[in-house]
Amino acid sequence: MTDNLPARRNLLSRIPFQVILEPRLEEPPRWYPWFITILAVVIALLIGAVILALAGGNPWATYAHIGRAAFGNLGVLSDTMVKAIPLMIVGLACSLAFRMRIWNIGAEGQFFMGAFGASAVVLTPMLPADAPSWLFIPCMLIAGMLCGAIWGFIPGFLKAKFNVNEIISTLMMNYIAISWNNYWIFAVWTEGGFQMSRVFPRNAWLPRLTDFAAEVPLFRGLTTHFGLVLALVAAVIVWLILYRSQWGYEIRLVGDNPRAAHYAGISIGRNIVYVMMLSGALAGMAGMSEISGVVHRLQGAISPGYGFTGIIVAWLAKLNPLAVIPVSILFGALILAGREIQPSGIPKMMNGIILVCLIASDFLLRYRISITRRMEEE
Amino acid sequence: MAQPDATHPPENVVQMRKIVKRFPGVLANDHVDFELRRGEIHALLGENGAGKSTLMNILAGLYRPDSGSILVEGRPVNFATPRDAIRAGIGMIHQHFMLVPSQTVTENILLGLEEPRFRLQLARYDQRVAELGERFGMKVDPRARVWQLSVGEQQRVEILKMLYRGAEILIMDEPTAVLAPTEVEELFSILRAMTREGKSIIFISHKLHEVMAISDRITVLRRGRVTASNLNTHEVTRAELARLMVGREVIFSLDKKPVTPGEVVLKVEDLWAENDKGLPALRGVNLTVRQGEIVGLAGVAGNGQRELAEVITGLRKATRGRVFVSGEDITNRPVRQGIRRGVSHIPEDRTHVGSAPNLSVTDNVIMKNYNQPPISRGWILNAVAANGYAERLKKEYDIIVPTLQTPVRMLSGGNLQRVILAREISSQPTLMIAMQPTRGLDVGAIEGVHRLLLAQRENGAAILLISEELEELIDLSDRVVVIYEGKIMGEVSDGNVEEIGMMMTGIPQDAIRAGEADHDR
Ligand SMILES: Nc1ncnc2c1ncn2[C@@H]1O[C@H](COP(=O)(O)OP(=O)(O)OP(=O)(O)O)[C@@H](O)[C@H]1O
Ligand SMILES: [Mg+2]
Repeated sequence: MTDNLPARRNLLSRIPFQVILEPRLEEPPRWYPWFITILAVVIALLIGAVILALAGGNPWATYAHIGRAAFGNLGVLSDTMVKAIPLMIVGLACSLAFRMRIWNIGAEGQFFMGAFGASAVVLTPMLPADAPSWLFIPCMLIAGMLCGAIWGFIPGFLKAKFNVNEIISTLMMNYIAISWNNYWIFAVWTEGGFQMSRVFPRNAWLPRLTDFAAEVPLFRGLTTHFGLVLALVAAVIVWLILYRSQWGYEIRLVGDNPRAAHYAGISIGRNIVYVMMLSGALAGMAGMSEISGVVHRLQGAISPGYGFTGIIVAWLAKLNPLAVIPVSILFGALILAGREIQPSGIPKMMNGIILVCLIASDFLLRYRISITRRMEEE
Repeated sequence: MAQPDATHPPENVVQMRKIVKRFPGVLANDHVDFELRRGEIHALLGENGAGKSTLMNILAGLYRPDSGSILVEGRPVNFATPRDAIRAGIGMIHQHFMLVPSQTVTENILLGLEEPRFRLQLARYDQRVAELGERFGMKVDPRARVWQLSVGEQQRVEILKMLYRGAEILIMDEPTAVLAPTEVEELFSILRAMTREGKSIIFISHKLHEVMAISDRITVLRRGRVTASNLNTHEVTRAELARLMVGREVIFSLDKKPVTPGEVVLKVEDLWAENDKGLPALRGVNLTVRQGEIVGLAGVAGNGQRELAEVITGLRKATRGRVFVSGEDITNRPVRQGIRRGVSHIPEDRTHVGSAPNLSVTDNVIMKNYNQPPISRGWILNAVAANGYAERLKKEYDIIVPTLQTPVRMLSGGNLQRVILAREISSQPTLMIAMQPTRGLDVGAIEGVHRLLLAQRENGAAILLISEELEELIDLSDRVVVIYEGKIMGEVSDGNVEEIGMMMTGIPQDAIRAGEADHDR
């Protein structure tokens, strides 16, 4: 094999042009990252089309079907939104932590704790079953966020105090959270031996569009819930924190150069704890919104891995809280299409191809491909 | 040392013609012509941001020119990567070394080469590396691990790396900025040995006396253009060079007004601290700096200067002793407490400590006052006020940047230093710890910094100036204190260079004075 190399090189050197990857030293223009991202999605769709065609399907019909399944009418659009809401909030949670280069892989666990906290308000019960909505919902929200924050605090504190690797601790705490939830579902709040709690009273549900069908007939059957408003408000707040507050400045400084932050008098440990708590609280809020807006009871299967998908969402949004919204909607659509399309493998495949393309596109942001005329060799 | 004679006209090994390189918002090289003869040391001079590094990065294959051509040995070349440049015999040594600390010298030199392929017969290569070093008068232990080496030794490894790859043309971007004076001498003798072997060298430095000492010819850049090319070094004076670089007369003498020192601002008592490796770096330092006084701290690099600066500013823990600022004990207190007391700090390491490379110029200048009005309003960071403040500093301190939103990692070395200086000086400090404040600055800018420091002194600030430039220390300081292996050797207020020099080698002042007294008797 070794002997072949020079021969191959000779062959290559006869081609007068060479393609070279070089690290990008100059800053690309502002629009470039977004352009590349969109291009990646388009290329992914084309690759998917080729595969579909090879498999004997009609790619355009399939895409049209996926499009209809996710965005085709108000009903499915609303369902897409329902899927996107938890992704948005978890995506925000991850964006915030990642901005400071704290790798919170524990959003899934914090999501479950949020669901638990919110359920505890109803099931313990902390409030009488006939308490009004305006009392129930804020209480559930606070309880959910608090539980998520506690779940974020523990790894944050361990990191700040003893430099325990947060990737491992947050990951481990996911399992604890799920088991903790299971304990309550199986042993305490079980309904007739089933692995789920009783259904929450209506006044503990987040309002949905369909609830207003009497006033606006168009809303009949639409399940998009108030969580969407929570997510949008949260996105704006996280953006304001990051770019318009002192604390956000500290987060960005620590994230870019911890030594410079220390030199500027910023306490890194304290910031780690605070950021982990807010990140956990957001993930907990996602759990609360899912429980109170969609599932309406506590059960084992409340998340098809929202906490992990949120990590991907955050990355693709380039940790920009506002970009988290459209990216989540795209992912929500793919999840939904996965339900609607038979065989469901196709949207899953598309999901995978889009991801690979997006990750590959990141490479283009850091490297530049240049095609040059071959240099004269001596 | 080219020897031109009638039959063999001096040969250009490199010729760069009409090189243009544009970055967003700046024209870094504007039709630059440059030539290098075989066997010469050619100095490239210019203000901060003049485009020297850019031009050399183009020659070394790191950047591609927007237009223009390069001839090496008379043949046109088109480098796409540094690897192409090396193949054509051009190697560049950057200011930040690119070595793997945990590996040995030989391993670092072999890294990325195709030879040896599978089996590393290190012993054989150790031998080769040692031989190569000897040929150019470089003493390096091929088996030493890089982290054990001093900065000067690491630089030698970088040079060896290039020589091993067959470099005939060596580009050195500010190689002396990080070296102690003795190391500079060693570097110069290595450079001379290389030119004797027919290698050609491009040398970038802001220190005119070094340029005068080592170079054969000089080319000067200003704002991306050549203002003078191929000057013979022995035909120009320092003042002329300074004028060519800056475009105006540079005043080398300083106007230092007498100031009566006021109250004690900084008081250090029996201070002990450890360095990063856990070895004692400060061993009982005592020091005071008063209002309106510049105290210079002299010493060979690595004798505890950095650790002292870090302990005073709260970045490093003291193991014993006390630090008082304006009477308040701030030993081992959080950094912020010092900042509130008006301590400002120009750190030695500007990229890793003094700035956040991916954040904007604005974000970098507000590092110390982002939580004070008018930039802060309660929780809020007032972006308009922050940008206004940055705009003001940009004007006052001549920071050249395309926009305030540019990440500072794109700034030229000198402009980054200005960002840090602007931030630290504009806070009106009561105590300023300035470590190598003029490193990497051009002559015009150095003059500016000296003025600023003197102005602070007249305003009643207490300044501890840590520098390896003895001349600068003696010119600016009211007193010079000498540190050696973490101990203060003595203090000189009359600019007695000889005495300072002796103390820097570890002879305490008492011993020197006693010796003199003996002599007199
Ligand atoms: N990668 C880059 N992206 C954008 N602008 C750049 C980049 N590199 C350099 N510049 C700009 O080009 C100009 C020339 O920079 P260069 O680093 O060549 O200066 P220099 O002569 O080496 O200065 P110094 O003495 O301060 O090191 C500067 O204005 C700088 O801000
Ligand atoms: Mg430079």
